[in-house]
Amino acid sequence: MRGSRRYHFEVAALRVLRPLGIAFFVLITAFPFYYMVLLSMREISEIIESPGQIWIGLNEFTTDAYERVLKPTDEGGEGFVRFLVNSALLGLGTVLVTIAVSILGAYAVARLEFFGKRTVHFTFLSVYLFPPILLAIPLFVAFSRLELRGELWVLVIVYVAQTLPLCVYMLRNYFETVPVSLEEAAEVDGATRMQVIRKVTLPLAVPAIAATGLFTFMIAWNEFLFALLFLQEERNNWTVSLGVQQLTQIETPATTLMAGSVILTVPIIVLFLFAERLMTEGLTRGAEKG
Amino acid sequence: MAGQLEIGAPAPTERRARGTRARRDSRAGLALVSPTIIVVLVIVVLPVLWALILSFQRIRLLGIRRLDILGGEYTLRNYDLLLNSQDFLEAAKNTLLYSVFGTMGAIVLGLTAALLVRRSFRGRGLVRGILLLPYVAPVVALAFIWQVLLSPQLGVVNAFGTDVLGWDQPIPFLSQEEGTITIFGISIGVPTALLMVILFEAWKSFPFAFLFILARLQAVSGDIEEAARVDGATPTQTFRHIILPQLMGVIALIAVLRFIWTFNAFDEIYLLTGGGAGTEVLATQVYTLLQARSDVGASAAVAMFMAAVLAVLLLVYLKFFGEREREA
Repeated sequence: MRGSRRYHFEVAALRVLRPLGIAFFVLITAFPFYYMVLLSMREISEIIESPGQIWIGLNEFTTDAYERVLKPTDEGGEGFVRFLVNSALLGLGTVLVTIAVSILGAYAVARLEFFGKRTVHFTFLSVYLFPPILLAIPLFVAFSRLELRGELWVLVIVYVAQTLPLCVYMLRNYFETVPVSLEEAAEVDGATRMQVIRKVTLPLAVPAIAATGLFTFMIAWNEFLFALLFLQEERNNWTVSLGVQQLTQIETPATTLMAGSVILTVPIIVLFLFAERLMTEGLTRGAEKG
Repeated sequence: MAGQLEIGAPAPTERRARGTRARRDSRAGLALVSPTIIVVLVIVVLPVLWALILSFQRIRLLGIRRLDILGGEYTLRNYDLLLNSQDFLEAAKNTLLYSVFGTMGAIVLGLTAALLVRRSFRGRGLVRGILLLPYVAPVVALAFIWQVLLSPQLGVVNAFGTDVLGWDQPIPFLSQEEGTITIFGISIGVPTALLMVILFEAWKSFPFAFLFILARLQAVSGDIEEAARVDGATPTQTFRHIILPQLMGVIALIAVLRFIWTFNAFDEIYLLTGGGAGTEVLATQVYTLLQARSDVGASAAVAMFMAAVLAVLLLVYLKFFGEREREA
């Protein structure tokens, strides 16, 4: 009966440990975000006074930090509204170009047999595994030389190249789940290849395209290295990520830094909560096979 | 025999139809994939090849406008300096520690979390969403949250440590190169800052492992587990002998991807410590050489070394797991 005792012991232990474990994980993931919001709304003097306090005292609630971050520079603020617009433009531009290009590429890889297909596919994936910092050197040198380095659209091109492999991969996985018979039926009816893609394949793939687009947007919004290398000297073109990082280069109170971080994080979290299921399914499709 | 073959072969017209169809597909395929190829070729492949050339040249950023793209003298100086530089060896060692332990930490956390939320309970969807937050949030925000959390003056961690745990003084987690922990009178040296950036990396990327392991767990059939339970297997035995073997494939894949991405990681360390306090890795060294010292040749050499290490590791991985991949 020793086995049975061990069985009951383990089951009982798990009954206690499971909720504790879940609570632990929720705490370590959610607390830092709560802490960020908390600090952004406290007075810096109060924080230094009582750093261990993890709630906002009734008398110290303030939105000064947000005001300072969002106000234009000529009114003494940090001009984050401008950075928000830049990040949004950069993200949308990247999404539009990447999706347009990757739909075609993914369709070809999923449906058509062509010369060099395997090589193409392998190259895409290996691109994604290369150190971005390696790519940064020649691009930095080239765009410096062309005197185009501070331009936002240059960064769009860089982001497109960085996100293409993942998008082609995700969309290809989806296209492969669309039955070929649907397309063949349309072809028998005399539709051309482009008509088949536009009228049959794309409408079916709208959820997958939306998920891929959101991913691309998030990658572009969160990107830091290339924004730092390319835009640092061009304050008007800073992204929100770069703007927050540059706050630390000057004497900035932690409350302002956290307010900037909240402004940087909220749009992404909102997007994510809005489309979580859509996106996680798109990413892990195929993982079930092991 | 000959007669049989002829009977089996398609009629001439049919064969020609299939031939043109294949040729048309091939042409359409190339046409559709060409925008992708061009972008990747111009923005990724050619620059990488150029970086290879740059790594054999003496090039500084100041002379960039007069730079002759392919010309100039070729020299092994950059690699020579590299291999004899203490900083480089130090960064290489840190990169290895950071990637190995960052990856292991992410997988252990991700696996634990996936097993915990595997069965359904009230609020499971919400918990799953919260656990994914560190992976989706911008790295810049995350790094500065940690900086403030760990700050000796206003961070809650040090406040908790000194008020509740009775630390003598606050610990400068991100700027202390080496600290000592004393347990039962034995003092152990700990690379504090390096440990912190590894913890950050594990925390930030465990959701990736969590998500993929959870998806794989969903496909594990309940029948075998049920049978094992009936036979008296305890939960840990079931995990060890039935669930874990089925997860090894996805864990191996996550390990490879996470190792590569952690090996390449720049943002995390640059933002948290700036590469100081014994946390310099190869990626931050490349950046410093390029930006602060404007030594393009030397930075390209370090980056090339990174790519070469990854290429070797990738080939080893494909050699061992490639067969399985092709089957899947």
